[in-house]
Amino acid sequence: MNENAIVFDRVSKSYPLYHHIIGGIKRFIFNLPGAIKAIKTSRYEALNDVSFEIRKGETVGVIGRNGAGKSTTLGLIAGVMQCTSGRLTVNGRVAPLLELGAGFNHELTGRENIMLNAVLLGLNISEVKERIESIVEFSELGDFIDQPIRVYSSGMLARLGFSVAAHLNFEILLVDEVLGVGDQQFQKKCYDKIIEAKKSGMTIVFVSHSMPEIERVCGRVIWIENHTVKRIGETKEVVTAYLKAQENNG
Amino acid sequence: MSKRLRHYIDLILVLTDKEMKLRYKSSILGYLWSIGHPLALALVFFVAFKVVMKIQMDNYALFLICGLFPWQWFQNSVTVSPTLFLNNASIIKKVNFPRNIIPFVSVLQDMIHFILSILVIAGFMLAYRKAPSVAWIYGIPVLLVIQFLTAYGASLFIASINLFFRDLERLTTIFMTLLFYFTPVIYPVSMVPDKYKFYVNLNPLGPLMISWRGLFLEGKLETQTVSIAMLYAVLFCALGSFVYKKLSVRFGEIL
Repeated sequence: MNENAIVFDRVSKSYPLYHHIIGGIKRFIFNLPGAIKAIKTSRYEALNDVSFEIRKGETVGVIGRNGAGKSTTLGLIAGVMQCTSGRLTVNGRVAPLLELGAGFNHELTGRENIMLNAVLLGLNISEVKERIESIVEFSELGDFIDQPIRVYSSGMLARLGFSVAAHLNFEILLVDEVLGVGDQQFQKKCYDKIIEAKKSGMTIVFVSHSMPEIERVCGRVIWIENHTVKRIGETKEVVTAYLKAQENNG
Repeated sequence: MSKRLRHYIDLILVLTDKEMKLRYKSSILGYLWSIGHPLALALVFFVAFKVVMKIQMDNYALFLICGLFPWQWFQNSVTVSPTLFLNNASIIKKVNFPRNIIPFVSVLQDMIHFILSILVIAGFMLAYRKAPSVAWIYGIPVLLVIQFLTAYGASLFIASINLFFRDLERLTTIFMTLLFYFTPVIYPVSMVPDKYKFYVNLNPLGPLMISWRGLFLEGKLETQTVSIAMLYAVLFCALGSFVYKKLSVRFGEIL
């Protein structure tokens, strides 16, 4: 049991369709019975009865169409959402790889943002200080590191974000479709880093729409469709089945 | 110290440092900004009530300054609160950090600006040939804590609820305007007619603002007034924390 990093045991996640109340207090109060009824009855099933296990040190891909429930899965692992039913176990600290510039402040320099971001993600100030030089070096941003990041290109932002996440050394890394930016050379470096992390025993959950990327990095793949697990298995096998299904639909 | 607490403190340090850097990037100008608004307000009320309507009070300008600076702190903290979580949506959706840190730091940085602006109050006192009192040494920290808790509670409450009812932002603005004129900031409690005096204590900000001015102008802290202010602070904090606790598990879904 201890070998598992992440266990989903019949996990379901649903939530009310909040647009009924986001409309505002005014609408809510003047339409109280209707609004309460709407909240109670209209629930959105984001995940339905999902079970899988990810062992420590595994690199697992998550594939599926938009809206299938991939992001909800990652949200549950990261702990920003809680499941409605079922049991969810996560052993180890989770490092989410953030989308471009999330948690960054555009007026601050790259170096200041590293500190800000790394502490938000869970490091202490002293831990960041130990690592900051290697983060800066890895990002290859050179003199730009002391410039405010509003002058950065999107590729440079991606470098900064990835460099921070790669140096957290947490047990579980979540990668959500973020490596598409950055130039070829840096992308390669990111993959090398992911493979290095993999070798060092880190558990990696990798969400992507790019099948070649999935095939390159992942040992196993979970295919999510219609808010539930359609198939789990060896990368090759699941990816082939997925692509075939896409062709038939498309 | 537990690792969790250490991280909590580090988060506060880093985020506060960020806010300070942003505000004072252009050093002296940043400071002028934060004292400019209450000074302008003081000027407006001075012209309206002293010059035009000839209120019967000595040192009315000083009186205004001593009330408007603490008020401005509360007003700023509450006015930005609706957007605190909204503006950090991208990070709240991805990272599981204690979200109440965001309002905490927001109020904290407003408090720091206020502390810096006490220099301005002291300057005005000297200009009016009054000396800052020794009571400031213990009085200021006490009132700082009370106002911090009050503002933090209110900010946490509004920031959390506003995710679910997004028009709370407009209500907050209207409510703050009402609260300002119902709180003895630009007039003394002594001018409030006797039959309404009771209501001043029903206003959560009333006792606090009266205490600030008593402390600055006369170097006095009335135990009773301060106690009521403290009671409101604890109530606000409890209410804000309760609502935050109930709603924060849903932040990831609604953003």
